[in-house]
Amino acid sequence: MPWLSTLMAVPVLGAVGVSLVKSDKLAKQLAMVVSLVVLALTVAVAVQFNPTSQTRFQFAEVYDWIPRFGVHYGVGVDGIALVLIALSAVLVPIVILASWHDADGTVVTVPGEEPRTVTPKRSVKTYFALLLVLEAMMIGVFAATDVFLFYVFFEAMLIPMYFMIGSYGGAQRSYAAVKFLLYSLFGGLLMLVAVIALYVVAAKGTFMFPELIGAVQDPTTQKWLFAGFFIAFAVKAPLWPFHTWLPDAAAQAPAGAAVLLVGVLDKVGTYGMLRFCLELFPGASKFFTPLVIVLSVVGIVYGAIVAIGQTDMKRLIAYTSISHFGFIALGVFAMTRDGGTGATLYMVNHGFSTGALFLIAGFLIYRRGSSRIADYGGVQKVAPVLAGTFLIAGLSGLSLPGLSTFVSEFMVLLGTYERYAIPAIIGTTGVILAAVYILWMYQRTMNGPMAESVATLPDLDRREKWVMAPLIAVILVLGFFPKPMLDVINPAVDKTLSSVGVEPFTPAVAEKGAGQ
Amino acid sequence: MNGTIQAPTIEYALLSPMLLVFGAAIVGVLVEAFAPRYLRKSIHVPLTLLALFGAFVTTVLAARGGLPDAPAAMGAVAVDGPSLFIWGVILILALVSTLLINEEDQFVAQAAAVPGSPDEEEAILGGYAQTEVYPLLLFSVGGMLLFAAANDLLVMFVGLEVLSLPLYLLCGLARRRRLLSQEASVKYFLLGAFSSAFFLYGTALIYGYAGSVDLAAVNTALGRVSGQETLLLIGTAMLGIGLFFKIGAAPFQAWKPDVYQGAPTAVTALMASTVLVAAFGALLRVFWVALGGLEWNWQPVMWGVAILTMIVGAILAITQTEIKRMLAYSSIAHAGFLLTGVVAISDTAKENSTTLSAILFYLAAYGFTTVGAFAVVTMVRDAGGEAGHLSRWAGLGKRSPILAGIFAFFLLAFAGIPLTSGFFGKYAVFSAAVAGGALPLVVVGVVTSAVAAFFYVRVIVLMFFNEPSADGPSIAAPTVGTSAVVALAAAATVVLGVFPQPVLDLADQAASALFIR
Repeated sequence: MPWLSTLMAVPVLGAVGVSLVKSDKLAKQLAMVVSLVVLALTVAVAVQFNPTSQTRFQFAEVYDWIPRFGVHYGVGVDGIALVLIALSAVLVPIVILASWHDADGTVVTVPGEEPRTVTPKRSVKTYFALLLVLEAMMIGVFAATDVFLFYVFFEAMLIPMYFMIGSYGGAQRSYAAVKFLLYSLFGGLLMLVAVIALYVVAAKGTFMFPELIGAVQDPTTQKWLFAGFFIAFAVKAPLWPFHTWLPDAAAQAPAGAAVLLVGVLDKVGTYGMLRFCLELFPGASKFFTPLVIVLSVVGIVYGAIVAIGQTDMKRLIAYTSISHFGFIALGVFAMTRDGGTGATLYMVNHGFSTGALFLIAGFLIYRRGSSRIADYGGVQKVAPVLAGTFLIAGLSGLSLPGLSTFVSEFMVLLGTYERYAIPAIIGTTGVILAAVYILWMYQRTMNGPMAESVATLPDLDRREKWVMAPLIAVILVLGFFPKPMLDVINPAVDKTLSSVGVEPFTPAVAEKGAGQ
Repeated sequence: MNGTIQAPTIEYALLSPMLLVFGAAIVGVLVEAFAPRYLRKSIHVPLTLLALFGAFVTTVLAARGGLPDAPAAMGAVAVDGPSLFIWGVILILALVSTLLINEEDQFVAQAAAVPGSPDEEEAILGGYAQTEVYPLLLFSVGGMLLFAAANDLLVMFVGLEVLSLPLYLLCGLARRRRLLSQEASVKYFLLGAFSSAFFLYGTALIYGYAGSVDLAAVNTALGRVSGQETLLLIGTAMLGIGLFFKIGAAPFQAWKPDVYQGAPTAVTALMASTVLVAAFGALLRVFWVALGGLEWNWQPVMWGVAILTMIVGAILAITQTEIKRMLAYSSIAHAGFLLTGVVAISDTAKENSTTLSAILFYLAAYGFTTVGAFAVVTMVRDAGGEAGHLSRWAGLGKRSPILAGIFAFFLLAFAGIPLTSGFFGKYAVFSAAVAGGALPLVVVGVVTSAVAAFFYVRVIVLMFFNEPSADGPSIAAPTVGTSAVVALAAAATVVLGVFPQPVLDLADQAASALFIR
């Protein structure tokens, strides 16, 4: 059975169905069912996946798509791709449930103020259809084993997200949507040049990723091609200094779209670095490692410091993500097993933990109609469950031991320390700063004297609890029991590192000893 | 005088598409002269459609019959693979544009009546109609076929004039905003006449150099004749000016926005799609066949023109507030992208045929999307006719989601987003250019594509993310013809964007033997 193609076809057909049904309610329910079917299929794939297999890509399907350009419809998964597909498949139903009323239009009434329309009524069906199309593309981009196919998904997935931000977002939505699209498109077009050049230089007449490994030998060419790919991924991830679109896009997007944007779409950038930059251009990757490490460390510290200064909750969360993406890139380019596995695990954990933060912040904002931190205070007294969930989501954002993010952050820092001690030490300050921005935000919104405007704030309702429960469960389970995930990811990272041509583990001490 | 005159051999079967179109055009003129007014349109429409369709069928038959290896009509017309492909594309696009031209109420009742005069009122009340548009269209299409397939410079000039003169007239026939339309017509005529003169003078100088106007003979003369380089170079430059004018390459692009804006939109659709295709056919023939050995001299200039065209098209489009002007600048930018392929001529026939096939594919993809986009423009109207100003398009996505969605799709195709035809067109040309060593050009192309994406996206923002204004434009109830055009264009854009292989194969076959000489 063509599992991966089915995984993509189901949401696409679902999207068609959703846009055809008559009532909005039915559309939502259908979208929910479709996303759950995808989740079930993903589970089935994960169960059959054999982590110790020698085959690089399992569930592989390869068909000629455009023989004239050497382009194939080639999909397949290794451990890295599998966990990221699983991340997408888990997040989408949660986001659908969380976005149940997002397109219905929101009118917020705050005591002492005129009721105002925060978001007008929009087409509900379109929103959920876009969500499902996006899901298909997210799965496709991680499953693609043909560089060209990857590029096609990489660019095409911008369009549904663009419409989700632009049509359903906040007041500045069209500015944010255009900025998001143009930044990503520009990066993508640079990558297009590199993709074309890769094909011409490799002269293999194919875009299949496994055949392109090691095809480009000339160091100078490698560097140029690396730059083309890397800038596209750095814009997507985003790494400092290509990050400025993210706070706007994430703050203006509806909460559900923000989760998928930061939780999954941006991971395509770091995934691309790990999969394509490292393996296709190993020499150039080593050459550029110092630069990338510096950018990552700057990003970690910069993102964290700027997050502390934010007055808007969603922007704050977006900046924390910039800090976290610094960690992921650091782990990828440390080129150690711990670093690579940690970075992959980080991508998954960050998806869940930032997803939880965005959603709970979204619920809060939905009630009060404002995302300014200053508009809140003492929420804990009127909405204890909301405050409690907010705290757990926040703590996972600052990598509290026992929560999933701790494992990955620790592994990344450990893996980096094995090779680059000083960047790892500087990166550790990001952990401390994280405590500041998260706890301070919590303190300002949830504790302290109760702001008048939140006096009548309702607590989480049943739907919202159902949204948060699975996320928190995943965060806890992966925090205490990460081994199954690590077992899936480790072999894939080892294979990646071996085609890069570095030993999975080379402690700095041992090197010194050998030199003496 | 005892000499016998050799009767020229004419390959009627090969030339039948052109002969059909020209024959129908002449019948059309006779219809104008002899048929009563109320019957004319009902004769013209089937005649035009049948002629174009018949010409398309004979083109396909000619292509299936195997490609000839020598020029037809005593070396005047080269009916080779690229010609047949270009003919097929032009004929389909013209057929589709005819469906748009059929729509009521676009053409002036009597072109000779002064705007706003009692004569005009009388013409309107009398139900006059300029049904000459049909024969004019056929003449123009016939001229395009000849232009793209001409194997010597004089025939090419004849083709250029036959394609241009009817278009000058068609541009001035808009029913609304007549002064704008007439101004466009005059501008187009004056500048077009200049460029034709340049082309003709260039032909004369080349003849002075090579002693022949035959493209292949010019090419062989390049290696043989020496000491006359000045004639050759000036001639080349002048031919180039004439051809660059037709494709709207900078710095000869100034006419495009004015003409596209002023002309009746259906005519703009015809011009924007087919003329570019025909002109690129001719441009390739002149520079690759006749001046193929001279690329060291013209390549640097062509680099400059390509870069300038891409930049001018993309940047000036940002400042436009009129939808047709914006599409005109977009077409200029696309001409620039195509030029990157023309520049990438190399020494091996195989690489050249890859590049040629890429250009052919791009032309087909671009032509369909363009016709579709202009068809949508004809449907968005307000009290004074078409709602051209961009601000009038605000909120169209709420009023008419399907139409706005399709238009957004066309814009994404222009921007070259994957899974649209525009992406593969761009990809094919750019990868050919990289293989041909024009990497810097491709980088410029990519950067300008990003700039161009901005104005395409801006229209999408207007349509979908802005609230409709209270007195916004209405959507004309789509007629069968216009809906068919939009549907066909959208289908072509999707199919070429998802399964481009069959058309790529076709373009490959057409380009496999390059141009015959």
